[in-house]
Amino acid sequence: MVEDRTFGGRLFSIVNFALLAVIALVTVLPFVHVVAGSFTTNAEIAAKKFILVPTVWSTEAYRFIFSTPTIFRAMAVSIGVTLVGTLFSMLITSLMAYGLSRRDLDGRRGLMFLVVFTMLFSGGMIPTFLVVKELGLIDTYAALILPSAITAFNMIILKNFFQNIPEGLEESAKIDGCHDFGILFRIVLPLSMPAIATISLFYAVTYWNTYMNAILYLNKSEMWPIQVLLRQIVVLASGMDYSSNLDSAVPPPEQSVKMAVIVVATLPILLVYPFLQKHFAKGAMLGSIKG
Amino acid sequence: MAVRSQAALRERTKSERKKRMWRNRWIYVMILPGLLYFLIFKYVPMFGLVISFQDYKPFKGILGSEWVGFEHFERLFTMPDFWQILSNTLILFGMNLVFYFPVPIILALMLNEVRTAFFKKFFQSLVYLPHFMSWVIIVSIGYVMLTMDGGIINELLVMLGLPKINFLLSPEWFRPTYIVQVIWREAGWGTIIYLAAIASIDPQLYEAARMDGAGRLRQIWHITLPAIRSVIVVLLILKIGDVLELGFEHVYLLLNSMNRNVAEIIDTYVYTAGLRQMQFSYSAAVGFFKSAVGLVLVMVANRLAKRFGEEGIY
Repeated sequence: MVEDRTFGGRLFSIVNFALLAVIALVTVLPFVHVVAGSFTTNAEIAAKKFILVPTVWSTEAYRFIFSTPTIFRAMAVSIGVTLVGTLFSMLITSLMAYGLSRRDLDGRRGLMFLVVFTMLFSGGMIPTFLVVKELGLIDTYAALILPSAITAFNMIILKNFFQNIPEGLEESAKIDGCHDFGILFRIVLPLSMPAIATISLFYAVTYWNTYMNAILYLNKSEMWPIQVLLRQIVVLASGMDYSSNLDSAVPPPEQSVKMAVIVVATLPILLVYPFLQKHFAKGAMLGSIKG
Repeated sequence: MAVRSQAALRERTKSERKKRMWRNRWIYVMILPGLLYFLIFKYVPMFGLVISFQDYKPFKGILGSEWVGFEHFERLFTMPDFWQILSNTLILFGMNLVFYFPVPIILALMLNEVRTAFFKKFFQSLVYLPHFMSWVIIVSIGYVMLTMDGGIINELLVMLGLPKINFLLSPEWFRPTYIVQVIWREAGWGTIIYLAAIASIDPQLYEAARMDGAGRLRQIWHITLPAIRSVIVVLLILKIGDVLELGFEHVYLLLNSMNRNVAEIIDTYVYTAGLRQMQFSYSAAVGFFKSAVGLVLVMVANRLAKRFGEEGIY
């Protein structure tokens, strides 16, 4: 588009830019505030209130939270569930998506309807809970993965992406004697790396953020992932001491400690975000153009 | 003669289909794990909804439990709390429609008017970010900022000479807190689909409008907005389908004994009644009511959209 050089056009640009800058600041400042608060002492927070850059740097809060086994265990649970869950979800999602992307498949429409209908109607929390319970998944890590192993939306995005790969490629591979699994793993998947990367990161973020499955299906606090622990510490102001019942009168966590726990629970996402952000807009669009 | 050849043709296509299906047998094997997932974790629970017509006892199972007809639904609709919970749910839904829904549209229009590619990218990256944080993180950040002892918002109020506000425990602040957090987390992410729709608009339309002397605001009003109208309608239909699906996590995290009378929604009620108090059948009935209303509303909204000449979602 040509730059608009009239007075009105320039004024519009300036006002628009200023408003967006304010919105961006409002979006980001809370994070900055929390990160800054986590790296200073509680006394400093109490004295200075408004902290964007700490004057007194301190890792006291981090040393405190990592001196308890609680955080370590919760982090290990979250990391494990994220890795295993993402791999598992990607495997069964791409297998299904590839199958449904094949136009010569009989029953394809019916199977697609089966998937799409789950986006419109669901049995809800209680019947799902009973299924998970009947399968004996209560108090197992599998309960954090299996009940939400496939997101219908992600599967449809992948399916649409696979459909756009020229059929000729698959056919020539077939003529060369390539098996269906070979076509998927040696041709289709390597050609779909942007989509695979996007969907993997979507799944990884979901597993890292998992909370509801944990409170529904895990009764044992030592199995909690980091998100559940985060809520215990920040919202309920407790939970740091369950592993060491030595003194039950542990004082409630201080502001800087709460902020440090928030940072720890957010950090992995902040680390992958630059990589994620390159792909997702393109990846998400690929799927949504044609439902 | 004709009839016979038609029958023969059908016979032939049938056997061809069988052959094709056999040739594709490994494709069916590929689909199987995914299909099993949907059957076990989505369709079995749908059929599990029959327990809302039973007096379900975990040790008797669905087959052994006693049938009670509409008893649970009757109890539901005659319970005064239910109307309170339903109206809480509807109010939050209404706030979502009125305060949240237009924000991504406006934000997308604003982002689209940034002509420098670098700054456009930069703003987008920043406003997308909160979407990837869990509700626990969003609510926790809100918590440390709003708390009475040392929260930055209350400290600012004190600095301005105003009294502190107990945002987290007072019923009248629950709804504003809720909607601000929804906007903060989702508004940026919501722009993606509108930006894509805007990107496909023919630039010649803008050229022509400029020739006719239309300023930037007029171009937005007469070209950009009409061009993304069908996307807006589709997203509105989907949003209406979510009428009772406000998201369990967010509300559950903000809920406490002080704000319960405004914050309890259907989802949180199902959780408390069902899993905390073990009233499986009753709360399954509540959930059933919710899912059914959602489905009906999507269908009604879709039909309305079609009547107004839009495409709808199916």
